[in-house]
Amino acid sequence: MAIPWPWGGLRWRSAENVRRAVAGLRVRVAIFVTCVNDTLYPGTGKAVVRLLRRLGHDVGFPAAQTCCGQMHFNTGYRAQAVPLVKGFADAFAPYDAVVTPSASCAAMVREWHPRLVPAASGTASRVYELSEFLVDVLGVTDVGASYPHRVTYHPTCHSLRLLRVGDRPLRLLREVRGIDLVELPGADECCGFGGTFALKNPAVSSAMGADKAAQVRATGAGTLCAADNSCLMHIGGTLSRAGASVRPVHLAEILAATEGAPA
Amino acid sequence: MSDGAMPTYVGMPSFPDAAREAVGDRRLRANLGRATATIRAKRAGAVAELDDWAALRESGKQIKDHVLANLGHYLRLLERRVTEAGGTVHWARDAAEANAVVTRLVRATGEREVVKVKSMATQETGLNEALADAGIAAYETDLAELIVQLGDGDRPSHILVPAIHRNRSEIRDVFRRAMPDAPEGLTDAPAELAEASRRHLRAKFLSAKVAVSGVNFAVADTGTLVVLESEGNGRMCLTLPETLISVMGVEKVIPTWRDLEVFLQLLPRSSTAERMNPYTSSWTGVTPGDGPRDFHLVLLDNGRTDTLADEVGRQALRCIRCSACLNVCPVYARAGGHAYGSPYPGPIGAILSPQIRGIGSDVDASLPYASSLCGACFDVCPVAIDIPEVLVHLRARAVESGPRHPLERAAMGAAGWALRSPARLALAQRVASASRNVVGRGGRIRRLPGPLKAWSATRDAPAPPPESFRAWWARTDGGRTEEDS
Repeated sequence: MAIPWPWGGLRWRSAENVRRAVAGLRVRVAIFVTCVNDTLYPGTGKAVVRLLRRLGHDVGFPAAQTCCGQMHFNTGYRAQAVPLVKGFADAFAPYDAVVTPSASCAAMVREWHPRLVPAASGTASRVYELSEFLVDVLGVTDVGASYPHRVTYHPTCHSLRLLRVGDRPLRLLREVRGIDLVELPGADECCGFGGTFALKNPAVSSAMGADKAAQVRATGAGTLCAADNSCLMHIGGTLSRAGASVRPVHLAEILAATEGAPA
Repeated sequence: MSDGAMPTYVGMPSFPDAAREAVGDRRLRANLGRATATIRAKRAGAVAELDDWAALRESGKQIKDHVLANLGHYLRLLERRVTEAGGTVHWARDAAEANAVVTRLVRATGEREVVKVKSMATQETGLNEALADAGIAAYETDLAELIVQLGDGDRPSHILVPAIHRNRSEIRDVFRRAMPDAPEGLTDAPAELAEASRRHLRAKFLSAKVAVSGVNFAVADTGTLVVLESEGNGRMCLTLPETLISVMGVEKVIPTWRDLEVFLQLLPRSSTAERMNPYTSSWTGVTPGDGPRDFHLVLLDNGRTDTLADEVGRQALRCIRCSACLNVCPVYARAGGHAYGSPYPGPIGAILSPQIRGIGSDVDASLPYASSLCGACFDVCPVAIDIPEVLVHLRARAVESGPRHPLERAAMGAAGWALRSPARLALAQRVASASRNVVGRGGRIRRLPGPLKAWSATRDAPAPPPESFRAWWARTDGGRTEEDS
């Protein structure tokens, strides 16, 4: 199954090949935790490790990994991004598949790494956002999770319009025991984070965040879920400032939660 | 850029400053939010009706790319055909040349008034102001353009609906104040407003001897010019006056009528969400006894060939001015069109203006950053302009071009230095974790220092965790020695 690559005319490596490799014994799966999760949200990385182990797959963490270079690249500091791209390719070269709990970073790697450093294209093509890895590679939607709370899901822009993960996260969430999944109005509109956009255009960014936060509150959900902690940091920070008690929780943490080990 | 290029609005602040004011204008946000949400939903419906939209979009893109790769050929062919049909073709390097040509042509008729069909190219060149300087009055006949023109010091804020920032009670006030023949007791009922402008404009159409128009498409093969519109004012201007002067950006040329068929489907559905626009006018040179006796076509470069030289940025020249990207843009909906400091607002303006004008001014250097890169604009673009790609490309040009934002430059340098080495990143994380109880209470930070205040003015930030993921991994062998994992 070749999945069409939406933004660059490239084609993504066949998920079927990777699925076969993962089903075999000698496949090496690594987690790319991302610099934001590594530094600020270690719980998300731990959740990915716990989840994949529960599904029978060990995960490696190459300690040489740092950052995909997206912040530098998207802000115009291309020369600073290039060494990070090279570092990424070197760190993950030994692995057959790389799983990351960030749709945005996965998009940066797959879309831009090969164009910035052609030698990085092999590694880049083996990078999967978590929901892609679970649904396309492992072929599961019921991951045995339990999360008895009212949850609304915000599809982040890069998961929606760069990676085109479609309804994969929702298919995973619908199988979670006890979850009360409620639709988020205006879900596909940007929350206003946009990386350094949040700092360079704070007025517009905050206005977008406030509108998104209002939509989240209107659902009555106690948990806001997304596939990217940077967007959750933005909406969550807006909600927290407004005194709302909505809890931002990464998709990985909901999927890792069980009755015995709740999130 | 030279003095002759598209003028930057005088004293225009950078985008973030202009946007901040607009965000605070509740009425503007309400007007824009309502209008863009309505047209966004209608467009989605109009596009969903066609099962071959993706193929049409690809055709539109390919036709435009083919023209751009052979622009000289098609422009010379167009010039030959227009000339054969009795028209006169003028070449204008920049805005100043185009305005000078039009001014000279109007003067030659001896007239002091012209009627205008809505035209982005003449907005770009500032033609109305140039004509006014020469003592010639230009009357906009598109309803929204008329509202803007009558509004004291107002400017267009949308490509398709230049007065989108106005609601109907504001429009009534504008008419009452500035339209001399506005009826007594005019209310804000849409039908009354339309009737008032119809009567006002009808007098202009019947008396005008010279018209100035833009061009949506120019068919090189036959030398035919095409204008799409909704109100019929275009048809009036293109047929009633004795002299017609049309100004078009050089990228508007297409090879044949078969190519036009693609755009006649793409443009109305993308811009007004209609299957077909009410009026499509086409004309080829002059026809004795029918329509204008004198026809002039002004071919405008004004930065377009410079844009064409940029392999990434040139895709902006595919634009057919539909406005779909404005209507889906969450930044445009909150900042409004005026913040973009150009007749081209929204995502397309953010990539077009800095290329046409260069990134010399504050507003032009800030435009590539006027986006959260959410990608909604690319999704709806009928000619598949990858606007986020061009934005990021122009950001790199802005960074490489000069000494703006020294603090940001230093921060990016420091972050790059730390991120290039896992050991340095780990050290930074340990420092952050050690400070967690100082900087944050209850797991959140309410005030950040320096430029990060831009974040914490409206949003809490998470306090750093007790240990980073990598520290946890090293301490517990990836959780294997941790009991609760």
